[in-house]
Amino acid sequence: MTAMIKYLLLALTLLSLPARAEEVVLGLSHDEVAITATFDGSEILIFGAVKRETPIPQDAPLQVVVTVSGPLEPLMVRRKDRQWGIWVNTQSVLVDHAPSFYTVATSAPLSEVITDTQDLRHKISIRRAIRLVGAGVHDSQDFSEAVIRIREKDNLYSLRESTVAIDQDTLFRTALSMPSDLREGAYRTRIFLTRNGEVVSHYETSINVQKVGMERFLYNLSQQNPAIYGVLALIIAAISGWGASAIFRLIRDA
Amino acid sequence: MMIYLPIAEVAVNAFVVLGLGGMVGILSGMFGVGGGFLLTPLLFFIGIPPAVAVATGANQIVASSVSGVLAHFRRRSVDIKMGIILQIGGIAGAIIGVLIFNYLKSLGQIDLFVTLCYVLFLGVVGGLMFIESISALRKSNRGATPARPSRAWLHALPFKTRFRTSALYISVLPPIGVGFFVGILTAIMGVGGGFIMVPAMIYLLGMPTKVVVGTSLFQIILVTGASTMLHAITNQTVDIILAILLLLGGVIGAQFGTRIGALLKAEQLRILLAALVLLVCGKLGLDLVIPPSEVFTLSAPE
Repeated sequence: MTAMIKYLLLALTLLSLPARAEEVVLGLSHDEVAITATFDGSEILIFGAVKRETPIPQDAPLQVVVTVSGPLEPLMVRRKDRQWGIWVNTQSVLVDHAPSFYTVATSAPLSEVITDTQDLRHKISIRRAIRLVGAGVHDSQDFSEAVIRIREKDNLYSLRESTVAIDQDTLFRTALSMPSDLREGAYRTRIFLTRNGEVVSHYETSINVQKVGMERFLYNLSQQNPAIYGVLALIIAAISGWGASAIFRLIRDA
Repeated sequence: MMIYLPIAEVAVNAFVVLGLGGMVGILSGMFGVGGGFLLTPLLFFIGIPPAVAVATGANQIVASSVSGVLAHFRRRSVDIKMGIILQIGGIAGAIIGVLIFNYLKSLGQIDLFVTLCYVLFLGVVGGLMFIESISALRKSNRGATPARPSRAWLHALPFKTRFRTSALYISVLPPIGVGFFVGILTAIMGVGGGFIMVPAMIYLLGMPTKVVVGTSLFQIILVTGASTMLHAITNQTVDIILAILLLLGGVIGAQFGTRIGALLKAEQLRILLAALVLLVCGKLGLDLVIPPSEVFTLSAPE
């Protein structure tokens, strides 16, 4: 509801602004995602408007592409082959940049929204966003495709065509669902306005994903004071073992 | 209800994990084993990264063993001296095991190695137990008592000492060796090693059956405790939240398991346990042979 109000307010503000070239003005329903113990994914509403100085160009429709990328991290991709009758990891390729999460939302099928050249230049589609060194393997393409295939299956990568709604060539919005298996970090969020497959304007911001509370405390402890964390794990184990035995003895005796 | 695990960095259904813990708890109550051999592969199956599953499994076994050993302490059926000597070997084994684990992880072969270990040990132990319990069942039906095998070679070894609780006078070397071996398994497979330790104590060291389970639990606590610490310090892979969920299910399940176990004959229990062990072994073995649906795997580089 509040997001809706913001959306309307934004639209009103824009109508009163002095017009310039076509430009994106963006709003997010929230720019922080807090991972708590019961975190079960999150939905973020991304909305915005186009401000412009000239009348709405009529030659080509306005299209919008929204990309959200999780932190980039290196990734080891291994392939199994059959050896001595069993399946063993044989070849491996180090992908030096793969986002932990990546989604592309567009206002129409991707091929209509953006040309290949523009896609390559702005690294918009998933296969452009992954960078692969691929030393020593002749079919490194198979490895990067495997990354995309596996992560698409886990809902970590997605291409959601025609999910951005555009209103009156001026207002646009899309709802982005983030899965529960999120990594911490700054999620780079980019919005591209295109006409005829060419990017006419883009805007960038970030959504911050962070563990909070108990999750934050335990994670920090395990990294910074592993010995204390280990002892804590053992104490919890010992107490619950002892407690279980004591409680059930009481129940039996009662 | 989904719970986000801070170390594994995945969200799991809390009831599924409680259920897994409960199932393994029932088995451990019925058969007197830690159940790690079942738990660790099940954790892989629900999407917990292998390194976290192994380390957290070790932590969970600490709790279930503490729960079990207290009853044995009250019955005085724990040979503390034997447990400590097994432990000296066990700690050394756990250190070597964590080193092997980390080395194989860097080679990308840890999953294969862990699975092979499971197939091998579950196959051998399950098979032997199955044969032994079937013949024991036949003998008990005929009313004969099995003869103890002679262990002449054991008495020829140096550093002999007396184990009062076990009523044994043997060298310390075999217990250290057994402990060392089980320590390696604990670190690599995330298991307490009860399924190896119990037969080794009975058949190799000749300990009386009534002290075997208590002593095995006592030494498992120490060795899985050491293994938990080593994994926490070298890999930061112990997930306390996951461990707590497993524990809750486990301790409740164990109580039901004990009651189910009391309704069955010892030989019947052993046959059931053997069948279960062979089933897990068969499933893991089959997975190695059947072409996987996805030949690629992703992992964080070392």
